Amino acid sequence: MVSEVRAEMVANVWKIVVAEGDKVEDGDTLVILESMKMEIPVLAEESGTVASLKVAEGDVIQEGHLIAVIE
Amino acid sequence: MFESVLVANRGEIARRVIRTVRALGVKAIAVYSEADADLPYVGEADEAILIGPAQPTKSYLDVDAVMEAAKRTNAQAVHPGYGFLAENPGFAQRVLDDGLVWIGPPPSAMAAMGDKISARNLMEEAGVPVAAGTREPVPDADAAVTAGIGYPVMVKAAGGGGGIGMSVAYDEAELRKAYDTARTRAERFFGNPDILLERFVERARHVEVQILGLADGTVLALGERDCSVQRRHQKVVEETPSPGVGPELRARMLAAAVRAGEAVGYRGAGTVECLVDPGAQEFVFLEMNTRLQVEHPITELVTGIDLVEQQLLIAAGEPVTFTSAESRGHAIEFRVYAEDPKRFLPSPGDITVWDEPSGDVIRVDSGYQAGNKVTPFYDPLLAKLCVYGADRAQALTAARGAVDAFRIEGPKTNLPFFTELLDNPEFTSGEYDTALVDRMRAR
Repeated sequence: MVSEVRAEMVANVWKIVVAEGDKVEDGDTLVILESMKMEIPVLAEESGTVASLKVAEGDVIQEGHLIAVIE
Repeated sequence: MFESVLVANRGEIARRVIRTVRALGVKAIAVYSEADADLPYVGEADEAILIGPAQPTKSYLDVDAVMEAAKRTNAQAVHPGYGFLAENPGFAQRVLDDGLVWIGPPPSAMAAMGDKISARNLMEEAGVPVAAGTREPVPDADAAVTAGIGYPVMVKAAGGGGGIGMSVAYDEAELRKAYDTARTRAERFFGNPDILLERFVERARHVEVQILGLADGTVLALGERDCSVQRRHQKVVEETPSPGVGPELRARMLAAAVRAGEAVGYRGAGTVECLVDPGAQEFVFLEMNTRLQVEHPITELVTGIDLVEQQLLIAAGEPVTFTSAESRGHAIEFRVYAEDPKRFLPSPGDITVWDEPSGDVIRVDSGYQAGNKVTPFYDPLLAKLCVYGADRAQALTAARGAVDAFRIEGPKTNLPFFTELLDNPEFTSGEYDTALVDRMRAR
């Protein structure tokens, strides 16, 4: 099962919490975005391995931008 | 009075300050970032200066850029609004050192109240009730556990504000986690790693007192505001008078707020924030905000006093223009945020429709209009919708009409949340506390 994690809003990527190859559980924080003075954790929606990370700290991303792929 | 005032802020508060500055026949100078060039306040000022790119650290938080704009325009005074540099004593001192008038309290009062630990200790010495808590910065999570404040306990950044870095812990494991989170955020957002602990009062109301320190040194209290409708420890709705504060408690709170202002030689507008236990009718000091408060319009609606006008007069060393601080009726403010109304997550975007309600009992302080872009760089406040009524029931009726009539399209807004709130029996009864929104959102 492959799941794509996408941004829900325009935001800056504040912190990358996981690395490619990490095992994650459903609900784990993958990256933390920042928008309008609020930190928004982006969570894994299922358990698996982080196959790829498509953002870097400091990036400005748009709604729908692919953040990570979990396999 | 000065001939010109530079307003070192953006959005709705810059617009609101500019309105009074111009009404007094004083030249209003705006500053703006590249992201804000099209906002209404820029066009409404007599002069506007671009001070840098969208990132706040390169524009609204850049002291040199703001002071350069003041110099170029020959500004005589600086009004900081709220947020950004408003509570930065170093900025206030720089304004004074450059020979301009600072429209705010003395930098010494700002410094004394800016650190939550020193403020708490100072208030305790002035005879203002404070919550059980730590008198020194807590160096690490082990020290937080052995401090023995008891549970639940609130973990806070000493230099913090806006609810950032604050959390409540109910046991040791939660306290350790809350400590680490608060510490990281304190360093990142406030450049001050100091952490304090305070015994957390459940089912409390958040009530604050508006004070005004006059040019002659007198400190007045202009009533209270109830700010218990909060999400993520940030205010969403405020009302005055507070439905949870009786006359006897009100008198004690106002007297304590005056003592707080006197203890630091306060001048200008400030707010003493307290936690109230409505059952016991007791209160404790939380913190003092040494600037104009976001929700100041509801105090203006019930007292008829223009607080920005008084700030300008006090800074100019002139007497204030009102004779009575008595209030009449009831006022409520709704903070219209660019956020989804269910989870309250930010929703920047282009505003395609902006249609404000209007009427005798409605006041809208807005920062945007149709065609503007709401960017992710600043806080999500779009507008403050305020209503007035002869009593609370009438204010609630006015609020329902005004919320229904406010149309914004483009970014998601929390207007639908207000419709829900105005239908909530806890809110409409007046018997609510700071956990109301969490209860409304609990599944």
